[in-house]
Amino acid sequence: MFLINCPYCGERDQQEFKAGGEAHIERPKQPTELSDDEWAEYLFMRKNIKGVQFERWNHAHGCRKWFNMVRDTSNDEIKAIYKMGEKPPSQ
Amino acid sequence: MTKNLRVKSSEYIDETNRISFKFNGKTYHGFKGDTLASALLANDVHLVGRSFKYHRPRGIMTSGSEEPNAIVQIHPGTNRTEPNVRATEVEIYEGLEASSQNCWPSVKFDIGGINNFLSPFFPAGFYYKTFMWPASFWEKYEFFIRHSAGLGKSPTTSDPDIYDHRNVHCDVLVVGAGISGIMAAKNAAKNNFKTLLVEEKNELGGSTIYENNEFNKIDNKSPSEWLKKEIEELKSIKNLEIKTRTSVAAYHQYNYLLARENLTDHLEAKNKTNKIRQRLLKIRAKKVILATGALERPLIFNNNDRPGVMLSSAVKKYSEFYGVACGSKNVFFTNNDSAYESALSLYNKGINVDAIIDIREQSESKIVKKVKEAGIKIYWSHSIVDTAGYKRLNSVSIMKLSNDGTSVTGSKISISCDCLGVAGGWTPAVHLYTQSGSKLKFDEEKKIFVPNQNTSEQISVGSCGGDFKINEIIKNLNQKLKDTFNIKETDLDNIKVEIDQENSKRNIWLLPSDKPLGKTKPFVDYQNDATVKDIKLALREGFRSIEHVKRYTTTGMGTDQGKLGNMHALGIIADTAGVKMGELGTTTFRPPYTPLTFGTIVGRNVGKFFDIFRRTPMNDWHVENKAEFENVGQWKRAWYYPISGETMHQSVQRESKAARESAGILDASTLGKIDIQGSDASEFLNRVYTNAWSKLAIGKCRYGLMLNEDGMVYDDGVTTRLGENHYIMTTTTGGAANVLGKLEDYLQTEWPELDVYLTSVTDHYATASLCGPNSKKILKKIIPDLDLSDENFPHMSFKEANIGSIQCRIMRISFTGEHSYEINVQASYGKDLWEKCMEAGKEFNITPYGTETMHLLRAEKGFIIVGQDTDGTMTPIDLQMDWIVSKKKYDFIGKRSLYRSDTMREDRKQLVGLLTDDPNIVLEEGAQIVSELNQSPVEMLGHVTSSYFSPNLKKSIALAVVRGGKDMMGKKLFVPMENKNINVTVANPVFYDEKNERLNA
Repeated sequence: MFLINCPYCGERDQQEFKAGGEAHIERPKQPTELSDDEWAEYLFMRKNIKGVQFERWNHAHGCRKWFNMVRDTSNDEIKAIYKMGEKPPSQ
Repeated sequence: MTKNLRVKSSEYIDETNRISFKFNGKTYHGFKGDTLASALLANDVHLVGRSFKYHRPRGIMTSGSEEPNAIVQIHPGTNRTEPNVRATEVEIYEGLEASSQNCWPSVKFDIGGINNFLSPFFPAGFYYKTFMWPASFWEKYEFFIRHSAGLGKSPTTSDPDIYDHRNVHCDVLVVGAGISGIMAAKNAAKNNFKTLLVEEKNELGGSTIYENNEFNKIDNKSPSEWLKKEIEELKSIKNLEIKTRTSVAAYHQYNYLLARENLTDHLEAKNKTNKIRQRLLKIRAKKVILATGALERPLIFNNNDRPGVMLSSAVKKYSEFYGVACGSKNVFFTNNDSAYESALSLYNKGINVDAIIDIREQSESKIVKKVKEAGIKIYWSHSIVDTAGYKRLNSVSIMKLSNDGTSVTGSKISISCDCLGVAGGWTPAVHLYTQSGSKLKFDEEKKIFVPNQNTSEQISVGSCGGDFKINEIIKNLNQKLKDTFNIKETDLDNIKVEIDQENSKRNIWLLPSDKPLGKTKPFVDYQNDATVKDIKLALREGFRSIEHVKRYTTTGMGTDQGKLGNMHALGIIADTAGVKMGELGTTTFRPPYTPLTFGTIVGRNVGKFFDIFRRTPMNDWHVENKAEFENVGQWKRAWYYPISGETMHQSVQRESKAARESAGILDASTLGKIDIQGSDASEFLNRVYTNAWSKLAIGKCRYGLMLNEDGMVYDDGVTTRLGENHYIMTTTTGGAANVLGKLEDYLQTEWPELDVYLTSVTDHYATASLCGPNSKKILKKIIPDLDLSDENFPHMSFKEANIGSIQCRIMRISFTGEHSYEINVQASYGKDLWEKCMEAGKEFNITPYGTETMHLLRAEKGFIIVGQDTDGTMTPIDLQMDWIVSKKKYDFIGKRSLYRSDTMREDRKQLVGLLTDDPNIVLEEGAQIVSELNQSPVEMLGHVTSSYFSPNLKKSIALAVVRGGKDMMGKKLFVPMENKNINVTVANPVFYDEKNERLNA
């Protein structure tokens, strides 16, 4: 059980949060102009890294805010947390 | 014939408080302070159970939670019965009853004991190998195997006790209250850290508290005397909370630990009631100090499992702490000095110690000299090659050990004894340490795994950190405390420690016998009857990974998780396979450290709190009117309202007819409601729904379909424009929370530029849906001054009105195809609204209907239910709902996916109507649909998603998804069932009132 430092509420138990998959995959602004392959790349392809991964999390049972987390998936160490729209920390 | 082996009064045993208890039906006596194990031993009862596989007689081996053999059933046959309880942990109380497990008819005469003599036929993997053929016979084998195996019996009635959970936060958690734990907690608290000290036993002090080695001194006092003073001082320390009878079960990441606090198990029945029995503590600690101590290892030799064979440290604890001699003729078998302490403990109380068998060549420590002076015979370089005594040890045979320790020589000497204390060295209890994710390393010299790389803020102190001598413990503890707390001085700075320097151990994982290994029984895992033979067989058969050997031989898989024998198993594998133990590694230590009761795990979440449910404001009315309920998401929804013994079918037919012929009323409060406000609300709806929203006038309603980004239908519902920048969206009952989550996701992450605010108002409103040709007249009675004409209040529009002083929002929308109104009021007025509708509708025979009738009525109209007629693979095109997908809008969620080659396939499964050729046959939902009967295998074209007998059409109707169904109108298909084939015809899914004339009826 992690302790997650919600950027809006502070440290809370993992139970209050929902994981939302890989971060920084922007929804294409003009989907109609994409080929099937390009659209599929956005829609389906995720990295699923063993190691340091950039993820989206949602404080679902709290402030309902989405934010980003840098987590090492091999040992669940949370390396950084930052708000949506903020720049990811350099690795 | 029972002897009294209580040898000396002990300060921990209250001999003025005599307690009677029953074991296997017989009454015994013990004293307050005894465990079941110590009380049985005091009565000279060693035989307490039978082993799992061979049903060999087994006795008490240890004095703690690591006990593999003495597991008993507490209060058999009652609602408080509990299986697999360690007798070494049960504190006795008046009226305690316990019995042996895994034996029939009794522990003294167990039919299953025959397995012992058949044991050559039960090698490792026996069940896997033997009961595989023929495969169809497994069920027959299983019956017999299940009846002859198994440990305790689970209770058959519900648990009368209360359990609880509690969140605990502290700066420092200290696990284990031995000398290291006590000193760590004391120094942490003194340095203003909020400290919690937990100890699994009911007494503080660990093994130091009954330490008797006169050559060990702290500040010129015996360690036990010194520690007692320290414990006394704990009482006056602020910031320190101590919890005894509290055992840490799990150590998770981020210093999150689970501990079970035992509150009433030691009390007699009359004091247990209305109290919390066990509490699960969910502890978040900034720092964790593990002081979990070490477990003594047994030695692995032939027939090392007989009742009377015990750990040497347990013999000492029973003697020193409980004042009980475990035997009247005692022998010790050791590879280090600690057995000598146990021997002296007995000797000093006048109990016979006949011999010490030591596999070492010699030891010059003071305690060994003292034993020599006492005249106790020591056999150096000897090993036990066999033991005798079926239900109780009566002798051991010893032989001279060869220099390399792999064989025995010389003549055999037999020594009679009724208790054998075995000392194989100490293993740090690193279970919790590794659970936290931290890594061990193997110490080649000490032959132990010790903490190496910590993953969180934690330290391991004392013997769980690999320090066994008091001087090392104190020195290293002191340094670790200073480093951890960043402090300059501690209470430990000026302590003088003298110790008896121990000679090195001689470690031999498997001690040889004069017989070949195949003819011996050296047990490694006592509870699961795994012997060295089994381990070697597994290696011969090609198993290499320690995890595989464990599972194949079941070594370490009992309720004790192999706390005693796992190290030997590793050592024997390493020796046999010729690898280093450090490279072999350990099996994974998993929580819980000791078993938890289900009660502790679930806490208060039992009965009606097991899975919480939601009730609508009208619920009381439904209950009073005998509605049957169904679970929809977490809601309890009225399903149908049977009158005078009606079946569900009869109720639903009656309700469905009434709703179309006169008036019906449905509690629709559970529909999800999301309040949407902001200057970009219209644009937001444009992006999340497939259809266009910009032109929806204020006061109008529109049905919307929401897709996932993959183009599949996700949710649907009617949204109403309340104001220029204000909408209220309804969602499906089950989808409400997810829809809100999804909308928030897009709003916050993809379109943060939109000025839109979402609020869930599902619980704020109660909704009554009034439907049928007389609904208008009923509403008119309730709200006489509202103009209900089609001009003023047409279909798909909205009005605010008052019923008396109650404000309400009324939408003229319909899920049944009838003229209908959804009336929303503040939740607290819900039941009042409902009753007003019922009263006003009385003259029209208004009929309350439940979810089943609602489903039937909408199916007559071919309206889909997301999640019933769709399953996450249906696009709006598949549902023949092209009309709702805007071609003009540049983008909406899922739009691009509707043009993927896969979603544009013509032969996708599409929603169609199905009519049975025999109108009285109602298809089963989920039934498969085919186009050929005389073909095998035959392609499954699709399945039935909704099916009812329509009382209004007087025939069976169904919705189905069929491959290429759109172009199959009128085609004959088949629904093959178990006993018959049903002929069906593909039809328009709108079965009733295709022109929607009834909406304005």
